[in-house]
Amino acid sequence: MKKLTFTSVFSQLLLLLFVIAWIVPTFGLFISSLRDKDVLAISGWWTSFTTTEVNEIYRTKGKEDQIKEGDYYFIKSNLFDENQGKEIYRFGITSKNIDEYEVGETALFKDETEITVFENGDYVWKSKEEFKKKKGKRIFVSAKSPPSFTLDNYKEVLLKEGLGQAFLNTFAVALPATLIPLIICSYFAYALTWMKFYGRDLLLATIIASLVVPLQMCLIPVLTIYNDFGALFGVSAKSYPGIWMAHTGFGLASTTFLLWNFLKTLPSEMIEAARVDGATHYDTFIKIVVPLSIPSFASIFILQFLWVWNDLLVGLVFLDKHPSEIILTAKLKELLGSRGENWEILTTGAFVSMTVPLFIFFSLQRYFIRGLVAGSVKG
Amino acid sequence: MSIFSLAITVLVGVLFFVLFFHLSNFLLDYFRVKASKNFAFENSIRVIIFIAPAFIVLFIFIIYPVFETIRLSFYDKVGENFVGLFNYTWAINDPDFRRSIINNLGWLIVVPTLSTFFGLVIANLADRIWWGSIAKSIIFMPMAISFVGAGVIWKFMYDYRGPGDQQIGLLNAIAVALGFEPQAWLTIPLWNNLFLMAIMIWIQTGLALVIFSAALRSIPNETLDAARIDGASELKIFWSIIIPYLEQTILVIWTIITILVLKVFDIIYAMTNGQWQTEVLANLMYDWMFRGGGDSGRGSVLAFCILIGVIPILAWNLYRHKQEQKV
Repeated sequence: MKKLTFTSVFSQLLLLLFVIAWIVPTFGLFISSLRDKDVLAISGWWTSFTTTEVNEIYRTKGKEDQIKEGDYYFIKSNLFDENQGKEIYRFGITSKNIDEYEVGETALFKDETEITVFENGDYVWKSKEEFKKKKGKRIFVSAKSPPSFTLDNYKEVLLKEGLGQAFLNTFAVALPATLIPLIICSYFAYALTWMKFYGRDLLLATIIASLVVPLQMCLIPVLTIYNDFGALFGVSAKSYPGIWMAHTGFGLASTTFLLWNFLKTLPSEMIEAARVDGATHYDTFIKIVVPLSIPSFASIFILQFLWVWNDLLVGLVFLDKHPSEIILTAKLKELLGSRGENWEILTTGAFVSMTVPLFIFFSLQRYFIRGLVAGSVKG
Repeated sequence: MSIFSLAITVLVGVLFFVLFFHLSNFLLDYFRVKASKNFAFENSIRVIIFIAPAFIVLFIFIIYPVFETIRLSFYDKVGENFVGLFNYTWAINDPDFRRSIINNLGWLIVVPTLSTFFGLVIANLADRIWWGSIAKSIIFMPMAISFVGAGVIWKFMYDYRGPGDQQIGLLNAIAVALGFEPQAWLTIPLWNNLFLMAIMIWIQTGLALVIFSAALRSIPNETLDAARIDGASELKIFWSIIIPYLEQTILVIWTIITILVLKVFDIIYAMTNGQWQTEVLANLMYDWMFRGGGDSGRGSVLAFCILIGVIPILAWNLYRHKQEQKV
């Protein structure tokens, strides 16, 4: 390590600032997805690491739970449905004065029944006469809530909101939509690099031009083709094969270009030697080029897979929003509209959609970066 | 659909293409043995097998649509009657379109500039600090996330509650802590565009960062050491050696982010859907494509506008490719 100078301390601090600014949004989302939905709606995620003070309203049990002991009728129970580790320190019986009593004190209702609330939520409600009302009374409590995290949101989102199915659907879209262009383009790139044919340079220029053509330029005519095709055969054109081919089409130029960039760095002597020995182009491709290209295949696979996984536009246009076809990003967008205030659903849903990209990112970062750099510096 | 049927579908789809290449080449080899040795003929068949699938896909999904979209921009909403420049004059007089053009220009100026700048600064900082690679990983991470996912992350950051309530969005919590009124950030015209751009910058800085990092390593150490021995300050080295050295890289990153920004859609669509004056071309185009049964004429005009923005970069790429081929 270098010695501490003003410059090095300053640069460390500056970098730290950048890192914090970049990680905090994602981190907040992740923490929020693990919090209880009621707490999430009323307090910031940064408060979840410390004991917080919350004011809550509970209702006591009604007449069914009363027991008679001696001359008095009692209702004994706990305010909390489940033990959340909360500690009550004050309580009240009217909304005007929600923290009138110290915990353990006895409060007197207007109907002359009295209630004592204890720290852990236990209460004893005592009356001379029999309790008549089905509904209990409202109790206002001020409690200290310790940090608590739960996986409930994930269960809810995956099973009830249909994100689990969307997750599978996205895989069913992304895997072929990555493998098909890889197969087609590897032959194409091989032809562009090692085969001689009329119009090769023009084809290459077309690929380079297609690299930057905005997706929007292609949507309307392709959608028309799909609709015509669907009408002709009487099937819905918005289907898995349909979106695979759409992704193949829109990813074709970049996949081909990256592969071509790699293939032209292979030693031409090797290819020519194989050809002289009588190997066909197909043999050369399968037995020499493919094994050598595995690392670059990996990079391109990751780039295209992430692209498809994260895509929204193509999924919206070429797939139905039906539960058996909807992809994660479209589902998430739908939730943003319909459950815009249910942050427990949104944060968890967003994190579910990010699991696969993040897994790929952390396990295969090297290939990912290599692909990006290859696509940019050379292109 | 169950996992099983999805898996079968996927497998069949992929196998189809594997088998196509395998069988067609196998057949070619088979008949070659039988037939006379006509190399030229065999070779041209093989070329066709190799390039046909990709070319057909390229033609259907890119080449034909580009020209068809340009044609459609002169036709009415169902693409049947020629209407001349009607769609174009509509666009020029449409307030949403004007808004989009202004916003897109704003995006084009702000996002590539700041992403490139941050990327360059962070790459330089991270290069000389022992925990730099961890820092790079963290800043690069948003690149892996979808725009919609990033949208949710930031919508949560920008969340707004009334002045009396506890804020659950970090930005408003900070604003309140500093003594300001909480704001519904995404609904303040003009400023909200900046808040949306921040998301894109947050994502794209990572791209600039890794490319710069790779490029920085190619600067010869002797040059830098020589400058240091001569007493140049780090800042001076940065401006006089590193920046000129990275000129090409800066340009490349700039163009990549520019292309991305021109077609920015997901973020706007997920966050504001163009409300509060945040409309951009790609969102407006999507809107016209599906609004009221769709209007392919207007949609095409909007798509064409995005293409026009890309054309200078397209020309430059082709030019560079030609230069490279000559070498």
